[in-house]
Amino acid sequence: MGHLILRVTIKILFAPIILFAFYVQFHGDYGPGGGFQAGVILASAFILHALGFGLATCQKVIPPNWLPAGMALGVLIYAGTGIYTMLFGDNFLDYDVIQPDSHHHAGQHIGIIAVEIGVGLAVACTMLQIFYAFAGREPEPMDDAW
Amino acid sequence: MMLAAAASAEVGSEVTPSTPEVVGFTGAFAVELCLLALLAATAVAMIRMRRLFGVAMLSGIYSLLSAAFFVALDAVDVAFTEAAVGAGMSTVLLLSGIALTAKVEMPVSRTRTIAPLIIVGVTAAALVYATIDMPGFGDANAPANAYVGRAYIEQTPSDIEVPNVVTAVLASYRGFDTFGETVVVFTAGLACLLLLGAGAIRGGGRNDDGEH
Repeated sequence: MGHLILRVTIKILFAPIILFAFYVQFHGDYGPGGGFQAGVILASAFILHALGFGLATCQKVIPPNWLPAGMALGVLIYAGTGIYTMLFGDNFLDYDVIQPDSHHHAGQHIGIIAVEIGVGLAVACTMLQIFYAFAGREPEPMDDAW
Repeated sequence: MMLAAAASAEVGSEVTPSTPEVVGFTGAFAVELCLLALLAATAVAMIRMRRLFGVAMLSGIYSLLSAAFFVALDAVDVAFTEAAVGAGMSTVLLLSGIALTAKVEMPVSRTRTIAPLIIVGVTAAALVYATIDMPGFGDANAPANAYVGRAYIEQTPSDIEVPNVVTAVLASYRGFDTFGETVVVFTAGLACLLLLGAGAIRGGGRNDDGEH
């Protein structure tokens, strides 16, 4: 458990950080950012929570066995977008085929958003997974501890 | 430590000569100079510090300063990633790694630091020598800006129609590369899972590996 001031600060910041992550995720077409940054920001919100309130509390919200599934699902969403465009007779990840009649390249927009969601999910789950793997271990006794 | 020194040498030497067009002492140039001086000072402090907590904090500060420098170079997307990953995520991972190990770095004898110092010095000299041939910062005829880079900038408004060209290149033109990067991130998470034990999946706790 962290210090009281840290815990209050984390409680205030937790929701805005997640909101900012989604802003970065879906605003990547228009400004700096995208799935990778959004995934890291989303994971950092939960890591901040785990640092302040303990790993067990955070693992109640996001159980550790969800994360490998989320990692794989993110990659599958990305690959699935590519397979989808191939099924409609175009190249792998050639998004124009999603909306071929659109005159403002709606297919490109849909494809980019789908792919970025895959990246965001994979990155967020991977970052949280690595943190869980580190923080879930108890420290080994040092040589000078004996 | 030496890795950090090499990285700082790399960053410092690669970007310093790339702004030769700055005529006179403008405000932007002063900001860049301050950021580079702070980067160098942080790197030196990291090398000299023995307490690992302080080193981890300084590495976060180093990443934040380089993110600020990327903003000064108009590379906003790179700066964003550096701030999120370098200053945020890797600092936390370093700290949770330090929690599992010793808190203070073992003292190293002077004679053992000579060989790494020579390697870092030679690498830095080679990098500085390489930057002499580099095109000027923002040079329109530089290879990075001339061929396919120019084509992306010219064709994104008609091909993709998204305002951020970086996103268009990353997710559409070079979508297959980004797919590879996503798989790399996935593989990194998988490797951590395999190396640090599945105890984290089963709800944390100690993983004895059958030793006891």
